[in-house]
Amino acid sequence: MTKEEIKTVILDIIAEIAPDEDLSDIKSDVPFRDQLELDSMDFLDIVMELRKRYGIEVPEDDYQQLATLDSSVAYLEPRMKDL
Amino acid sequence: MDYDVIIIGAGMSGLAAGIRLAYYDRKVCILERHHRVGGLSSFYRRKGHDIDVGLHAMTNYVPRSVKLTPLPKLLRQLKLRPEDFDLRQQRVSVTRFPEKSLRFSNDFDLFVQEVRENFPRQIDNFQKLVKTIFEYDELALDAKPLSARQIVSSYITDPLLVEMLFCPLMFYGSSQENDIEFGQFVIMFKGIYHEGFARPQAGIRQILDTLVRQYESHGGHLRLKCGVQSLQVSNGKVTALVLDNGEVLRAERIISSIGYIETLRLLSDYDPARFNCEEGRISLVEFIFVLDREPAHLGYDTTITFFNTSEKFHYQRPEDLVDLSSGVICCPNNFKFDKPLPEGMIRITNLANYQRWNDLNQEEYSEQKAAWQEKALQQALSFVPDFRDCIVFTDMFTPKTIYRYTGHLNGAVYGAPNKVKDGRTHLDNLFLCGTDQGFLGIVGSMLSGISMANLHVLQKT
Repeated sequence: MTKEEIKTVILDIIAEIAPDEDLSDIKSDVPFRDQLELDSMDFLDIVMELRKRYGIEVPEDDYQQLATLDSSVAYLEPRMKDL
Repeated sequence: MDYDVIIIGAGMSGLAAGIRLAYYDRKVCILERHHRVGGLSSFYRRKGHDIDVGLHAMTNYVPRSVKLTPLPKLLRQLKLRPEDFDLRQQRVSVTRFPEKSLRFSNDFDLFVQEVRENFPRQIDNFQKLVKTIFEYDELALDAKPLSARQIVSSYITDPLLVEMLFCPLMFYGSSQENDIEFGQFVIMFKGIYHEGFARPQAGIRQILDTLVRQYESHGGHLRLKCGVQSLQVSNGKVTALVLDNGEVLRAERIISSIGYIETLRLLSDYDPARFNCEEGRISLVEFIFVLDREPAHLGYDTTITFFNTSEKFHYQRPEDLVDLSSGVICCPNNFKFDKPLPEGMIRITNLANYQRWNDLNQEEYSEQKAAWQEKALQQALSFVPDFRDCIVFTDMFTPKTIYRYTGHLNGAVYGAPNKVKDGRTHLDNLFLCGTDQGFLGIVGSMLSGISMANLHVLQKT
């Protein structure tokens, strides 16, 4: 997948986890937590959805890599490039 | 391995844990000894009357715009929509002590105003307490237990207000006598006073049907009439579950919702001397009156009345079979339903003594049930208009009934006094959820199942 595709995947997942959130002007370098009403349980679900949909395992120690859209894409790109 | 995870008990917490695991593709099975799901919050039908047990009201009701409080949190986690629970808000509830009454609804301002009017000198202290409550992280799994009485009394200096604040919160969720763990107090305070009560039009069945449907639609197995006889232990792990019918099942992990001591007692190497755990002592009786009309037609609009007949509230196991000096009167009709419930109903709940009920022979048991029903009814008439001429059916349950259907020792509805917040046991692959993990109430129990499934399975594998 390309960076753009990965971005779409992440936003898709967030839209499903938190259907009432407005994702139209997400800033990609600002933590999700500062612009959306998401808590740690929701973050776990981002990880779980990545596993469920694409078989990607994100170990607990790496959860913080998914804090912003940019950092998520950077972290996931090597793991999703062959998908 | 037969399963990734086996959950013991299909109550609210077990079902919620099951949904999380099934949704994220774990092979999961819930084993329930009873022929019906629900555990401490279930239902039955007798002589044509549908009766809920456990549920008076769901706590934590919030409008849809609110997102990070317990109810929306658990809906998100279970992939459910608010309409799946079909909640309708309460009208108004009240705590009544001899000299004072405090009304509360799902509008917190009413409660603040009631405190201001009844306890004008305490209002600043009360506001400070509220601030502390809102700054506290009650869902932290590593918090050390604190006494809510100590903390609340350090703000509120009028003992009557302290008692009145505690009364509903203890009745709806304290496993400790005369106190409550502060984290649990915060959960209950927010859930009852700040957020509020609601009930599905169809009662507890609505919640249970939704949970079971969601669980099974994601591939979870549910086996009813399927109790666990023992857990085989070897090298610090549970290696197999032996069922009542002799069948043997194996799972990577086991989550038990049946209570801490109740779970330990299943272990093949159980040694009581090794574990020093206190049994729960708080149990309840409930008297159910089905009426030929809505209580509102008798002029009774209150959803829930919490009463205490003296200045000091004694939340403890009574010496006698029942303690009538305090209680809860629930009117399931008094929620803002679109259409009226099929029948009028009043339910009266009082503290009760399991041992005393259990010591009675069958004949005495029936006699005492009838006698206490009459006494409880008389007592309730101080708070509810006289409904005796409208009664078409009565039933009741005792601590013995609770033990029989849920297996909770002493019929302890809120489990053991000391909770295991992180859900860990001395065995590597055995975890607790539900009553003895420590998030109580219907919303709390679902959050308990979710948190434990997340912490011990989803985050680890």
